[in-house]
This record gives sequence, C-alpha cells and structure tokens, in this order.
Amino acid sequence: MLISLAEIKQISWNGIWKQNSSLVQILGMCPLLAVTTTLMNGVMLSLATLLVMALSNFFVACLRNFIPYEIRIPVFILIAAALVTVVDLGMNAYMHDMYNILGIFIPLIITNCLVLARIEAFAAKNSPLASALDGAMMGVGMVWTLGLLGGLRELIGSGTFLGGIDLVVPGLSPIHLLPEDYPGFLVAILPPGAFIGLGCLVAWKNWIEARAAERENRRPAEPVMAGGCH
Amino acid sequence: MDFSTSPYLLKEASVQRVMLKVLTALLPGITAYVWFFGPAVLVQIGLATATALAAEAVMLKVRGKPVTMFLADLSAVVTAWLIALTFPPIVPWWLTVAGTLFAIVIAKQLYGGLGQNPFNPAMIAFAVSIVSFPALMSQWPGAGGDFAAQLQVIFGLAPRVDGLTSATPLDALKTALKLGGEHANVAGVLADGTVYGLVAGRGWEWVSLGYLLGGLWLVQQRVITWHIPTAFLAAIAAIAGALWLWQPAAFASPLFHLLAGGAMLGAFFIATDPVTAATTPRGKLIFAAGAGLLTYLIRVFGGYPDGVAFAVLLMNICVPLIDMYTQPPVFGMRGK
Repeated sequence: MLISLAEIKQISWNGIWKQNSSLVQILGMCPLLAVTTTLMNGVMLSLATLLVMALSNFFVACLRNFIPYEIRIPVFILIAAALVTVVDLGMNAYMHDMYNILGIFIPLIITNCLVLARIEAFAAKNSPLASALDGAMMGVGMVWTLGLLGGLRELIGSGTFLGGIDLVVPGLSPIHLLPEDYPGFLVAILPPGAFIGLGCLVAWKNWIEARAAERENRRPAEPVMAGGCH
Repeated sequence: MDFSTSPYLLKEASVQRVMLKVLTALLPGITAYVWFFGPAVLVQIGLATATALAAEAVMLKVRGKPVTMFLADLSAVVTAWLIALTFPPIVPWWLTVAGTLFAIVIAKQLYGGLGQNPFNPAMIAFAVSIVSFPALMSQWPGAGGDFAAQLQVIFGLAPRVDGLTSATPLDALKTALKLGGEHANVAGVLADGTVYGLVAGRGWEWVSLGYLLGGLWLVQQRVITWHIPTAFLAAIAAIAGALWLWQPAAFASPLFHLLAGGAMLGAFFIATDPVTAATTPRGKLIFAAGAGLLTYLIRVFGGYPDGVAFAVLLMNICVPLIDMYTQPPVFGMRGK
C-alpha cells in the first residue's frame, strides 16, 4: 500500500515542526535533559531513537490487525524493546566509544514515551509505510531539536562545537569556536541548563508561530458584502 | 490653578520611592564594606548597575513595554546592588556582568518583569555563578586589601594570586573544624582575631551591623514589616543556639552566625523582596523561618560557603503554597 505525496508532506511537516516531539509534545524529556550536553551526544541518541521509532512503527503497523486490543500495550512494548536491543547491540559493536558515553540512555530508549506514543497514536491506526515515515520524521524532529539544544549547551558550557565527533567519524576533531581560555559556563552543562535551554527553544518556536499567525491575520480580509453581526 | 483642600491623603508609596529607600538603607553596610575592604565593591556595584539597566532597557524594548517608566522604578538597580554585595568584590568583571545579565534577562524579564518573577533575581545570579564558577565565587579579599591589585584582578590584567584572597570567617571556621577533627574547638579557632575579629570576622561583623542599621530603618519607614527579618534571624539564632548549647566545642555561637556571612543582608534585604516573599503575615513568618533554618543547615552542614541564596530560593518555590494556607480571614469574619 503506497502513500500519497500530500500524506508524505503532512507527516513530515508534523514530525519535523508542527508536532515536534521535544518542543510541542514535550515527550522524551529524560534523554533530552540528560544527554544533550554536546551536539554529537544529542544527535547520536536521536538517530538511535529515530531508527527504533521508524522500525517499531513499521512492524506494529504490519501486525496491528493481529494484535488483540486488550493486550496491545505489552505487545507494542515487546516489539519496540526487541528493536531497542538490536540498536543497542549494533551501537556497541560499531560505535563503541559513543556507546560508552550514551551508556544507559540507549537501552532506556524503550522507556521514552515518544516511542509508545507514536505506536499507539499513529502506527496502530495507519498503514506500514505511513507509520514508518511518521516514526522517522518524529525522529528527524528530535535530531534537530536535540542537536540544537546540545550545540547551544556545548558552546556556552565548554566553548567547543562538535565535541566528540572523533568518536563517530575517526579523523575529525572538534572545533574551538571560543578562545582557549573561555571559562565555560558550567550551569549550561548541568541539568538546569537543559531546562533553561529547552524553555528558550519552546519560546522561540511559539514566537515564530505567533508571528506567522499575526501575518495571517493582517492579510486584507475578504470584503464582506452583506452586513452581519460579528 | 491646581489646588486642593483638606482632608489630604498621604502620597501613595510608589515602587520608585520604595526602591530608593532600600538603596538608601544599603548605604551604611556599603560604607562599612568600603571602609574595611576597600573600594573594589564600588567597582562591582557600578558594573552590575550599568549591566542591569542596559539589560532591562533592551528586554523592555523587545517586550514592547514602556522603557523609561520601568527603568525609573529602580528595581533593577536594587537587584544589581544586591548582586554586587553578595559576590566577592574581586570576581572578574565578566562574572558580575554575566550574573547580572542572567538575573535581569532570565530570572526577571523572561518571567514577565517586576512583580512576576517567582525567584529572587539577585539570588538566582548568585546560585548560577557559584554553581558554574565555585572557585572564583569563593575567593574573598582580606580586610585592608590593596585596591590597585584588586582592580587588576577584576579586569583580568593580573593573575589571581593567593595572597590577595582569604577565606570568609564562615569558610575558615568550617575548614578549621574539619581539619581539626576530634580536637577542634570553636572557641580556640575563633580566638584568632586577625580573621575572626571580635565576634564574627574582622570587618564582616561591622558590615553586618551596617546592614542591620539600614534594615531597622526600613522597618521604621514601613518599607518592610518586622515579620520576615525577625523570623529569619530568630530561626538562625534558635537552631544555632540549640546546637551551641548542646556542643559548644563543635558549633559556633548564635551571635557568630547572626553576624557572619549574609545573614543580616539576607534577613532585611533579600528575604524581604516583596515580589518573591510570602505576602500574608503568618506566611511571612513561615517563609522567613524556613529560609533561616535552611541558611544555617546549608552553611554549617553543606558544601557551600554560605546558605542564604539557596535557602531563599528554596523557600521562594514554597511561597504559593504558604500563601494559600495562610490567608487571613476576611475583615469582619471570625476564624474560618
């Protein structure tokens, strides 16, 4: 079963911006607050989550007509947990240093509400392709949000950019954007920095939406021919 | 012609008048501070004030609020002065600027400006700075420091050397007791007058008395009510007194704790912030007693040099709850 272009567009727009998991649904806060100390950590964990969500959405959508309604949640979780294990072992094998940094947060992807939320809200009612796309696009939304938050915290907290990239792409090295003697605002790396940063990002998104809505309102209204009460 | 006849009403207290009185009340303490520790603190006050006014103006402009009206209410200046007075006077200039920016931009304006902030902005600046830069925030100058050398350190022209700094009485006492182990004796440690002065630290005790004087004047002027300072100081005195009576060798006297560190400044100028403190009379007593108790616990048993900032912030979170449970009965009603 294929999906239409309009559907692809809508699902992508939802995942990346309109229903952004971190900025609108405020789901998956645990990894968001805990691992976004650098851009690379945030992006890598989001990519792992993206993979899990795309696959689990796909498999659940394939099996949705065979899963008894009453016990669907345990079944969903089992499917997702199997995929998390795959990603966990895969990262351990091929990106061992990164795996050591992200540590417990890889297996904990299963407890990320976002995974179950998308299965229950989308995959259980839609076709496999659309569901896989939804999972992937929610993941893309997470990648850029966590990357941005991680990048900001890293820059303010330690003055570097792309710290830890050598763990993922050997040979590359992090960039020092600020002078070497930058003291480093430790609070940005600490948990309060994550909350403040997230708050600022949410405010930034709401501000953009509000401006867009305002522009929409300012557009000259259709002339009203008949007088009526408003 | 603009005239009026009796009866006259008293001119209502504006925010500007209240803030001006608070600033005036800080002057005795600042005078003592400058007298004992040199004019470095004035440099910090200047830096913080300029930063606070600039940040406030920019944020008001961005938020589309009247700039001059809110700048003239002087609340940003009070925040700036409190930041400068709670930071060590020889912190580098950028730390004062960054702390003040954080206080005004994030802790005050992003919450909606004066009257909307749940946390005391000056204490947020202190907490953020001491968490981020614990070393810089614990280097205090000794009494009678060399002003030129201090200036160079503030503006990063000279390296920080140990000779320039000394521990605060609270810190020195805590360290001495820890190092002394079983044999440590508070009376023996405090006998060293060069650090501890008469009661609670050479110079610091007089600065505290200056704050006390200004604070009492604020109470007399009815800018603040007696509840918060009394409950705050009484709570510190009560727990310090109890522990001191129990083990006088291990705990300093209540008088030491009242005059050391930020207790006086906290009691009269920080915990009394009309925005972030509890508003009902009974609530004020609970709020301030809690803050005093926490101050003592953090400064004696905690890892930070003083506890006023964290104690006030922790009690700030409790204010909505305290206010809800302590609403006085409506006038004319009896009980509940």
